[in-house]
Amino acid sequence: MKLHQFLVLLAFAAVLTMAAFELPARGDAGSPANRASLERLVAGAHYISHAGRDAATPNMVTVILADYRSFDTLGETLVVFAGGIACLFILRRLKS
Amino acid sequence: MLEFFKGYYAYLFLVALFCIGLYGMMVKRNLMKKVMGMSMVQSSVILFWIVSAFKEGATVTVVDPFLGVEDPDLYLNPLPHTLMLTAIVVAVVTLGVSFALLVAIYRRYHTLDEPLLLEKMR
Amino acid sequence: MSVSAPDTDFALAAERCEPSDSPIIRAAARGLAPLIQVVGLYVFFHGHYSPGGGFQGGVLLAASFILLRLGFGLQQTQCVMPSHLTIPLSAVGGLIFLGTGFVALFCGGNFLDYSFLPVPGLKTAYIHNYAILFIEVGVTITVMATLVAIFDHLLDG
Repeated sequence: MKLHQFLVLLAFAAVLTMAAFELPARGDAGSPANRASLERLVAGAHYISHAGRDAATPNMVTVILADYRSFDTLGETLVVFAGGIACLFILRRLKS
Repeated sequence: MLEFFKGYYAYLFLVALFCIGLYGMMVKRNLMKKVMGMSMVQSSVILFWIVSAFKEGATVTVVDPFLGVEDPDLYLNPLPHTLMLTAIVVAVVTLGVSFALLVAIYRRYHTLDEPLLLEKMR
Repeated sequence: MSVSAPDTDFALAAERCEPSDSPIIRAAARGLAPLIQVVGLYVFFHGHYSPGGGFQGGVLLAASFILLRLGFGLQQTQCVMPSHLTIPLSAVGGLIFLGTGFVALFCGGNFLDYSFLPVPGLKTAYIHNYAILFIEVGVTITVMATLVAIFDHLLDG
């Protein structure tokens, strides 16, 4: 492994470690992402409170994925289809 | 000191996994090993989001009829789990397309070693 | 039974994916594939009540078809999942998803707003419930067909 590659890896690891220590501690219930309310309800807490009632479904992740954020799921389905088409076009052998 | 690491040890392991994947992508000569390094980087980022969704004393993101939904602190944050479902599927499709590219490169140049490949392409 | 599609040729792939020599692999593939399909359908339908849903069920169904192809070769498993039907099937799955969205748009609401779907005699929460299931059918079909298509094309054809 060349010297400049090793130094790049070391610098990248140092930057990521320093950034990791700036985050709130894992499991902290008072961090801004996990808190129940800023001025209004934060997105995660709003989905927890309303998902079961809005769709008569216990699993909150499925309700968010297919009801509140269904547009992202549509985009992802189209990405999967596009990946299949890409493989088709890269690897086809036409009948000659 | 131990209290300080209790909140951050998961993030440090994931930084290590990211750097190992980055080492694989940068240093290894074979194209297949570079793709495997990319897969490790993707796994480390996805795990990072899932790990950050944890709350002390919370349970799974399925509504429990005994706990109710009045207190959002009793359930894990469902948003990172949802976003990472999309990320996992996109990672799998990216891996499929990169394998297709590797097969096409081998079909054309009969090698997967990067310096030899650059020589043959010249 | 021919393997070829309108313009792509799978003859080379059929030569490279022969039935397996070992009787253990053939017996295991034939025995395990229906079980994997049942578990995949279970995971898909229980997306409402436990971790699971469309993507996970689709990947399990694709795994069962790929196991059959590895055990019995490309030519003999064409009756289970024909190679020229995989890409059209994944398009059908995407169209199911888009179709639901456009039906909601034409019935007066926003795109993919399930409250406006023309289903008679159900409360709004239950319309959302069944619409989520219907959309996940589309996602499952797309993911399953695309993964089998990528495998077929990676067999050097």
